[in-house]
Order: sequence, then structure tokens, then C-alpha cells
Amino acid sequence: MLLYVLKRLAYVTPVAFGVSVVCFLLVHLAPGDPLSAVLPADATQATIDEMRAAYGFDKPLPVQYLIWLWHVLQGDLGVSIATGRPVAGEVGRAVVNSLILASAATLIGFTFGTLFGFVAGYHRNSLADRAASALSVFGVSVPHYWLGMVMVIVFSATLGWLPPTGAGPDGSGNWRPDLDHLRYLILPAITMSVIPTGIIARTVRALVADILAQEFVEALRAKGLDEWGVFRHVVRNAAPTALAIMGLQLGYLLGGSILIETVFAWPGTGFLLNAAIFQRDLPLLQGSILVLAMFFVALNLLVDVMQTALDPRIERA
Amino acid sequence: MSVIPGTPDPFAQDRGGPAQPLLTVAGLFKHFPVRKAGAGKQVVRAVDGVDFEVLKGETLGIVGESGCGKSTTAKLLMGLIERDAGTLLYDGQPVGARAMPWRAYRRQAQMVFQDSYASLNPRMTVEQSVAFGPRVNGVPGRQAVERARALLARVGLEPHRFAGRYPHEISGGQRQRVNIARALALEPRLVLLDEAVSALDKSVEAQVLNLLLDLKQEFGLTYVFISHDLNVVRFISDRVMVMYLGRVAEIGPSDTVLAAPEHPYTGALLASMPSLDPDARTEVAPLAGDPPNPINPPSGCRFHPRCRLAEPVCAASEPPLDPLGPGHSVACLARQPGSGHGLAPRERIAA
Amino acid sequence: MTQPVAASVALDGGVRTADLAAGQEPVFAPSRGFWGHVGHRLVRDPVAMAAGAVILLVILVAVLSPWITPMDPYKGSMLRRLRPLGDATYWLGSDELGRDMMSRLMLGARLSLFIGVTPVLIAFVIGSALGILAGYVGGWTNTILMRTIDVFFAFPSVLLAIALSGALGAGIFNSIVSLTCVFVPQIARVAESVTTGIRRRDYIDAAKLSGASALTIMRVQVLGNVIGPIFVYATSLISVSMILASGLSFLGLGVRPPEPEWGLMLNTLRTAIYVNPAVAALPGLCIFIVSISFNLFSDGLRNAMEVRQ
Repeated sequence: MLLYVLKRLAYVTPVAFGVSVVCFLLVHLAPGDPLSAVLPADATQATIDEMRAAYGFDKPLPVQYLIWLWHVLQGDLGVSIATGRPVAGEVGRAVVNSLILASAATLIGFTFGTLFGFVAGYHRNSLADRAASALSVFGVSVPHYWLGMVMVIVFSATLGWLPPTGAGPDGSGNWRPDLDHLRYLILPAITMSVIPTGIIARTVRALVADILAQEFVEALRAKGLDEWGVFRHVVRNAAPTALAIMGLQLGYLLGGSILIETVFAWPGTGFLLNAAIFQRDLPLLQGSILVLAMFFVALNLLVDVMQTALDPRIERA
Repeated sequence: MSVIPGTPDPFAQDRGGPAQPLLTVAGLFKHFPVRKAGAGKQVVRAVDGVDFEVLKGETLGIVGESGCGKSTTAKLLMGLIERDAGTLLYDGQPVGARAMPWRAYRRQAQMVFQDSYASLNPRMTVEQSVAFGPRVNGVPGRQAVERARALLARVGLEPHRFAGRYPHEISGGQRQRVNIARALALEPRLVLLDEAVSALDKSVEAQVLNLLLDLKQEFGLTYVFISHDLNVVRFISDRVMVMYLGRVAEIGPSDTVLAAPEHPYTGALLASMPSLDPDARTEVAPLAGDPPNPINPPSGCRFHPRCRLAEPVCAASEPPLDPLGPGHSVACLARQPGSGHGLAPRERIAA
Repeated sequence: MTQPVAASVALDGGVRTADLAAGQEPVFAPSRGFWGHVGHRLVRDPVAMAAGAVILLVILVAVLSPWITPMDPYKGSMLRRLRPLGDATYWLGSDELGRDMMSRLMLGARLSLFIGVTPVLIAFVIGSALGILAGYVGGWTNTILMRTIDVFFAFPSVLLAIALSGALGAGIFNSIVSLTCVFVPQIARVAESVTTGIRRRDYIDAAKLSGASALTIMRVQVLGNVIGPIFVYATSLISVSMILASGLSFLGLGVRPPEPEWGLMLNTLRTAIYVNPAVAALPGLCIFIVSISFNLFSDGLRNAMEVRQ
């Protein structure tokens, strides 16, 4: 097992390195001088040079990369051009909010996805099965930012049951685990959960149908195992894959939440990215993307290792 | 009418005369690295020092159990896998050297594979598959198609019914005919048949074998015929080479080798073969068990753990392939004078 | 034992009776080829056909929209802002600047389809080429290409699209470039795995023996066998691409006003959700309908291609 973890680590390290290169180069993809956004229009050449030196933009690219990487490894993601505050702090606050939203959505998705998946897998080609497959097509086809708008239209604008935007009544920008804040979480979390619900339902349906079709299930039944026992057997065998899918979905939601966070004005990384893009705050953009991508890489690794540890059928070669 | 336009292919002409072997193989080696958990890197000695000649106009049969290196040898002869060591002379010219690049050699040497389905592109019609070779060698599209149709007719597939078909729409025997037509499309002198009839029904097999004999006559071909079926090899081959675990055990005229085998392995192979004639049964014990693992072949003679003639000396020294009679060589200590084996003939007096 | 070698092939050689037997096995209906079978199966799938009809209709509207819109999609009227659905003049209402929604939705189909489909098309060409090359050549080329692709897989696609487009700046061209970069690795990975699956087949070896160059083998022998699965995968990406492309416009990173594009329209109409919610949701409904049609069509195509070969 330890050998397997080390192998995965050896595989992930160059990927993580590549991710850092891509994030670093993002800034240099941008047209124009990254400083143009902060410098006054009438800045003298001396001021410009001074700023360039201060941000390190006067050095050759590979050197800039190594300096940047060195700082990143120490947890220093640079300073936001727009606010002048350290990027790490800004991203950290936003990540917590995003994680809350993404986790809530994943939890909802997992609950309903496994439920639909089990029903559909047990009763193939029934009405429930068709509903589940329609749901999964819907989940991957619907533009979630539009779904968010529709939710706001229905539950806030028309029915007035739930608040349309923000993370809390005080507008402080931080979510707290109390009843007031929970109301703000409901709409975005449900909107976001549509994709994982569909995907998990589809996976679980296939898993359950597969396991039930295996011969040894027949053998178990023949030996007098009751349906509850069969069900437990199915759960044991389907769980590792279902959990792995859930983990991956959490990563996708965290990285892909920008559109939904924008619709609901949720103060997470998506919102931060949006601000960074429109203020052309490149260090902030770079930092947020690096953190999100690294989180995704780490999550993938974790899911992989966990799945291998849980699943007796996977050989730990 | 050569299909290849422009100057005549210099290798299509005979160079060394009838006495020069068409193909000379010397010191051929191929080891495949394998990785096994806990054992580190090891190698499969698929072909482990093989020498032989293919004479002009003959059919050389290569026999042996599965895993003996027959198919690897075929692929090495065609350059489909790279050899670790060894030389290949085609009509006296080293293959792969400047004077005889692989591309030129392959116009002269073609191959028919065992799996008739896997060796045809499922997305191409039969006619397209046969025309592909001439086409990439510069024959204009129309002419290549005409040629493909003519060849299909020659192998017994009426073009108007078969040319436009896809491989899954025809039978195994028909597919193998297509593969033969494809191999002939470049006007080769040498054709390697790697278990080419093994997957066919007996009746179809006989038809295809007869077709092969006719084509050989008609086009003056030389065959290397690889098979595990001794009956088929006896029927079609002039000479036979018996392989065991990547090495040659015995080689000689098929009448001699298959009637009076000198190597105990050949004898055992013949004995394990079903025979319809009760009088033809031999006293030799049939082969027991599977061949040993080619990763760690036995020391000395590789056959000694299964050999009825094995003596201690067999585990100690490896028998060389020694000439016994005219064109007949055997790698067995029991047949080698002065080898130390109890059954070995007396040492010949040096002349 | 020797015979005259390299005799030219006698093509008029008579067909022997023994050989004729081979030709007397059952003969089937005329060959349709692989794609013929796929088409045959596809037209029997009502869901895929319905989805295909919707897609065709949208493409038709997109192509013809400059001539068939009931009103000028750019001309607004401050007096007639945000008319509701079913209005006598504006059948599908009017937007926040008083422009006819129906005309704008029709013209919007052009840009939305264009920015959604183009990245997949470009990525299909580049990704297939890279993947087939990596899969066929193998070795170090494969390792380097595939490890580079792994790096792009470390980004969720929405994040990568927004990161690239955010760094490049707003605009149709940049949005197409970003989305192409998102899909190339995905298509290349599929192309690589399908190609690796067939590169050891005997017919590839046979083609090598005929003296064909690697490029010819990839083009003639490999392409036909791998393009089907890659194509189906690419069609399944169109739906995602439509959502993402309109999403970029929704964020203000794609199409710029006053051009009508569904994602952008959805964004500018957000302010209207309290006044005229049904109209505000219309552009998103269009994205949804097209996206789900592409998904259903792609599913149908995949099922139709699961033909035993």
C-alpha cells in the first residue's frame, strides 16, 4: 500500500510541476503590461521601471518562474495589484466559502444520486430507471448558471421563500453555520448539485445493475440470503467507486463554481476570480487558479489512494 | 508486367544463382524484457541463437509447440520486431544495409498472418486492402484496383461478388484467400505463412493448401511455412525445421526428419500427433506437460527435463546443431560423437 | 529444387474448380460499410432523430436569421422595454433596451452555435492528430505528449476555460482559443487510447510490410478505425462547449454587446428577473435545448456505432 502511495506521488509530482508552469505562464499570456492596470496613465518611465523591478518583471522568464515558485512553496502567492493585500489570505478566505458550497452540493448530489441510482439499478427499464437516466442527461445538459437564475426567479423573485444572493444576512461575505446563513446556502447548493446528482446516479445505476447481474449474487440468493443481505453485498461492492466519483465531483465543483458563484454573488473563489479578471489583477488570478488546480490534483490523489485502500478487487501493484 | 512502375526492381532479379540460399539467417536473437513484481527485470528468451537457410524455390516448414519462438522468428524475418543480434542475408545481400534497405526487401518478402480477421482492416473493403500495397508503391489507383481484382480472381474469389465486401462479411477461408492475394500483390519471391491455415476448418484448410501449392508453382515462390500441425507441414514442406524454446532442435528434408527423426523432441512431437493408421504408432512416449518457462530455460539441453534419453551430461552442456546426414542437422548430445552421452556414436576418425 | 524466380504474375490464370467452392458460401446483401450500418441504425432511433431535427432547425435559423428575423434585432425602443411573453408586437417579449427578443434569439443562434461548435471542431482536428501520433508512434513521443496532457487534466475544464480566457482578455476569438485549449487534451487522450488499442493489430503490421510510410499508415489504415469513437466523443463535447462558451459570454469574457448571443443576453437580462422573469430566462432555455439535443444525438450516435464488427 505504501509502495502504491509512493508510486502515485511520483506520478503526481511532475503533473503538479506542470500545473505551476501553466499558472505562471498565464500572466504572460495576458496582452499588455501586467502593471498597466495599477499605474497611473501619466507615470514616468522611472516609476514604471521601479514598479517593474519591485514586481520582478525585469528579470528573464525562467528566473522569474523560479523566484515565483520559491515564494509559492513558502506559501507566498504575491500581492494583489488591486487591493495591495497578500493573495494567499484573499484566496484562503474565498476557498473556505467555496468549499462549504461545493461540499453541500456534493452531499446533496451524493444522497440523491445514490438513491436514484439504486432504484434504477434494481428496477432496470422501469419508470424510475428512465426518470434517473433523464435526470442524468438533464444534469449534464443544463447550463447551470441559467438554472441558478431560474431558481432565483422561482424561489426568490416569485415565491419569496429564500434570499437570492449573498452568503448571509449581514453581507459580511463569510458563511457561518447557523440557521440564518443556511437559508442562503440552499439555492446555490441545490443548483450546483444537479451535475453530480446526474453523474452519480448514472454510475451507481451501472454499478448496481452489474453487481446484481453477477452469478454469485444468484448463488447467494440460492443459499438463502435474504434481500437485505443481498442489498448489503451490493452496497459494499458499489461504495468504493461511488465514493471516488463523489470525491472527483467535489473537485470539479470547487473549480467550476465560478459561474454559479457569480449568479448568487457567493463570496467564494469564483467570485474572487471574476473580480481578478475584470480588475486585471493578474497575481490574484494566478494565485486563485494555482490553489484551485493544486487542490484538484491533491483531491485526485487522495481519491485514488482511498479507492485502492477500500476496494478489495483492485490489486495494489 | 511488373506492378512497380519505373525502373525494374533490382532485387526482383535473381542474383546469386540457384545454389545461393534465398534467405540466410545467422545468430538470430530476440529477448523480451519482462517485469515481474519482486523479481526485478528478466528476459523471455523468445529466439535464442537461431541459424538456418531458406533455399530458392523450396518450402521450409517450421514446427514446434506454442511458445517455441516460431512466430517471433517470423516477425524477426520480416523486421516487424527488431532483432537483438543476428544477420539476415537476402540472396547474398545483408538486409537493412544500404544496398538492401528493409523497404526493398519487403517488396520481395511478404507474410500471411494466422488471424485472418485481425490481419484485414475492418474499415476497408477486400479490394482496398489488396490494392493498398501496390498503391503505396506508386501504382496509380485504377491499375492497383484492377490488379487487386485480378489477384482476387486468382485466389478463387470472384471480384464482382467479393471485391466490395468488408472482412466481417466473408468467411474465414475467404478472408485467408484475401490475405494471400494481398501478400502476392507486391510480386514477392518469398512468402512467410505464419500458421496461415491453422484457424481454418479441415476442408477449407485443404483447399487453401492446394491453392498455396498452385500459386507457388505459378509464380515461382519460396515459402516459409510455420505451423504446429505436423500433418500439414509434412504435406507442404520440402524441408522441416523443428524449434524448441527459441532454438533449432533439428532441421532436414521433411521425408527424413518426419519419417526417421533423430532428435528425441521431434520423435515425441510425432508420437503425440493423432494418427489414423494403427500400424504407424510408435513406441516413443508422447510429450508430457508444458514446455518450460522461456524466462529461465533449463541448463544444458533445454529439452532434457522432458527427454526420455536424458543423461546427466544433458543438463551440463548445450548441444550444438551438428550435421548428421546430407542437409540434416540435429542438436542432441545423444547423436553427437564424443559428447559424453551414453548413446552417442563413436567419435569419427579425423580424415 | 530451384525454380525460375520473380516470374511476372499471370493474371489470366484460370480459376480452378476447387477454388470456386470458396465462392459458393452464402452471399449477403450489398455491403454498406461501417458508416452505412451506423446511419441505418441511427435513423431507427427516435430520440436521436428528434434531437437531430432540433439541431438542424437551429442551424437553419442561425444561417437564415439575417433575412428572416421579424424585426431589427439591434433597434431598441426605450418606451417598449421588457414587454412580456405573448405581446402583440413582440411575441417573445422585448429586452431591457426594448429590442425584440425573438429576433435577437434567432440571430443569437448564429454566434452561440459558432462559439460553441468551433472550439470542438478545431480541437477535434488537433486532438485527433496529436492523439493518433502519440498512440501510433508510442515510446518517448507518447510519454511526453501524454504527460503534458495530464497537466491540462489537472484543471477542471470550467476553471481552465475561465483562466485562459481571463488571462487573454475578452472577445470571441480569445474565447474560442481558450475553449479549444480545454478540449484538445480531452480529445487527444481519447484518440491516443483508441489508437494504442489498434496499433498492434496484424493489419497494421501487414501495412508496414507493404512498404507504406508511417504517415500513410496513420492516414489510411489507422484513421478509419479510430475516427468513429473520437468523433462520437467530440460530439458529446459540443454540449459542454455550448454551455461553456455562453458561460464565458455570460461572465463578459466572450461576445461583447450589442451583438446578440444567448449567454450574453442572459447576463444583461439578469436585472429583469423581478420585472419579467419569463423573458429573462428565455436565452438560457435556448442554450439548454440545443445542449440537450447535442447530448441526446451524441448518445444515439454512440449506440448506433456499437455494431459488432
